[in-house]
Amino acid sequence: MSALAQQIGTPWKKPPFIKNAMLRMVLLVGFIVYFFMALNSMEVNWSRVYQGLDRGWKFVTAFAHPDFCSRASDIKEGMIESVIMTVTSTVVGIAISIPIALGAARNIAPLPVYIVCRFIIAVSRALNEIIVAILFVAIFGFGPLAGFLTLSFATIGFLAKLLAEDIEDMNKVQAEAVKATGASWMQWINFGVQPQVMPRLIGLSIYRLDINFRESAVLGLVGAGGIGATLNTAFDRYEFDTVAAILLIIIVVVMALEYISGIIRARVQ
Amino acid sequence: MLKLEKLTMVYKTGDKALNAVDLEIPGGQVIALIGPSGAGKSTLIRCINRLVNPTSGTVTLDGVELTKLGSAGLRRERRRMGMIFQEYALVERLTVMENVLSGRLGYVGFWRSFLRKFPQADVDEAYRLLDRVGLLHMADKRADELSGGQRQRVGICRALIQDPAVLLVDEPTASLDPKTSREIMRLIIEMCRERGLAAIINIHDVSLAKMFVQRVVALNLGTVIFDGGPNDLTPDVLTQIYGEEDWEATIETVDDDAEVDA
Repeated sequence: MSALAQQIGTPWKKPPFIKNAMLRMVLLVGFIVYFFMALNSMEVNWSRVYQGLDRGWKFVTAFAHPDFCSRASDIKEGMIESVIMTVTSTVVGIAISIPIALGAARNIAPLPVYIVCRFIIAVSRALNEIIVAILFVAIFGFGPLAGFLTLSFATIGFLAKLLAEDIEDMNKVQAEAVKATGASWMQWINFGVQPQVMPRLIGLSIYRLDINFRESAVLGLVGAGGIGATLNTAFDRYEFDTVAAILLIIIVVVMALEYISGIIRARVQ
Repeated sequence: MLKLEKLTMVYKTGDKALNAVDLEIPGGQVIALIGPSGAGKSTLIRCINRLVNPTSGTVTLDGVELTKLGSAGLRRERRRMGMIFQEYALVERLTVMENVLSGRLGYVGFWRSFLRKFPQADVDEAYRLLDRVGLLHMADKRADELSGGQRQRVGICRALIQDPAVLLVDEPTASLDPKTSREIMRLIIEMCRERGLAAIINIHDVSLAKMFVQRVVALNLGTVIFDGGPNDLTPDVLTQIYGEEDWEATIETVDDDAEVDA
């Protein structure tokens, strides 16, 4: 009772995240000072900006009159290549991701398998698409093959990691019930685990299809084929009308994919 | 005949869940396993079909020592042990029929099960069981569309289609209302009687246990501290199992229920 009597009348405050008041202040002030110094360290060349504004404006106004015609066959070829790269790399990437995801889920894989699979995922995630693309272009030469391999490789890190996390979050008892019937390991995965993670797998796959298409536009800049190659050429020739046309097509395709994925995801839940 | 000898289970954390449990259940006998939360009831039945591997001791089912089996042998013997779970443990995104037929997984090959092409005899038996529990019209519904009582009926069908020799039942009524609880218990007991199955039913509702079984085993801190008929559960015994409390109400309720039920 006396403990209560002592506390009555004293104000209550949420305990601070960092207990030491001195340390708290030093960290806060230090960060603010660093932030402004960092901002100041970036030099701005105002005369260059003035010149550049003109060029930037040309780029922007090009969107008012995009030119789909004069490079129509290049654009068509680039788009076909991009779609091929996107579809093949997504399918192959998913096919490789699924077994790796199973191995990277701690609740179903033994430790050695888990470590190997997590390592593969870490490597795939650590290397940015552009860097991988440059490597593959160096090995396989210019063209969509390098792009296809890059995107397949990148898909593994993305899909296997997120799928493995969903597997780790699954309801353990549902899977246990299937195991208790005397099911084999494959049957257990098929009946006990797969139904639980299927909506997530489908959602992630469509999302990755979307990402791979957008990436295919960037990979062309380093020579890995697709619409990005066409885009790069147009930039080099200062054909901003064609650039605008290509970008508009990419935007429309991405929006269409977004819309379709929304419908599919709503249906599989 | 299910026989547990010196069954001991120590978790990695050092918790001793079971302490040299000896238990013998003749074929066709249904027992209720009672005891406070954490007494080791769930661990005990999970050690029998080895969803949890016991630290030491043996479990023998009709002469086969389950605790010695390798993975193939274990899968074969698991078919003879149907399990019914707390909170049903149906795979929610599968249909009722897929859930029931998953009880046959130990008997069919991977591709057949993957393509959902189960033998006609299994399909017919699934229909028969669903009809028996009054859910035939729900066969193609998804499991998560069912109510709690309906889900547990599907869980019972899944266990029975295995054609088991023994049922391991873990708190079958834990999340059901009192009326549904009794219906589910009655169904389990009837099914055991019809098919001559032995069963271990973990249950924390003492009055419900007394209503339906002829033998009660009590576990506390991983040790069997009572083994007898439902009428031997006197206030003294209950105090010994659960701790000090006024038990008269629990015992009286049982008598009333028994009359209503009869």
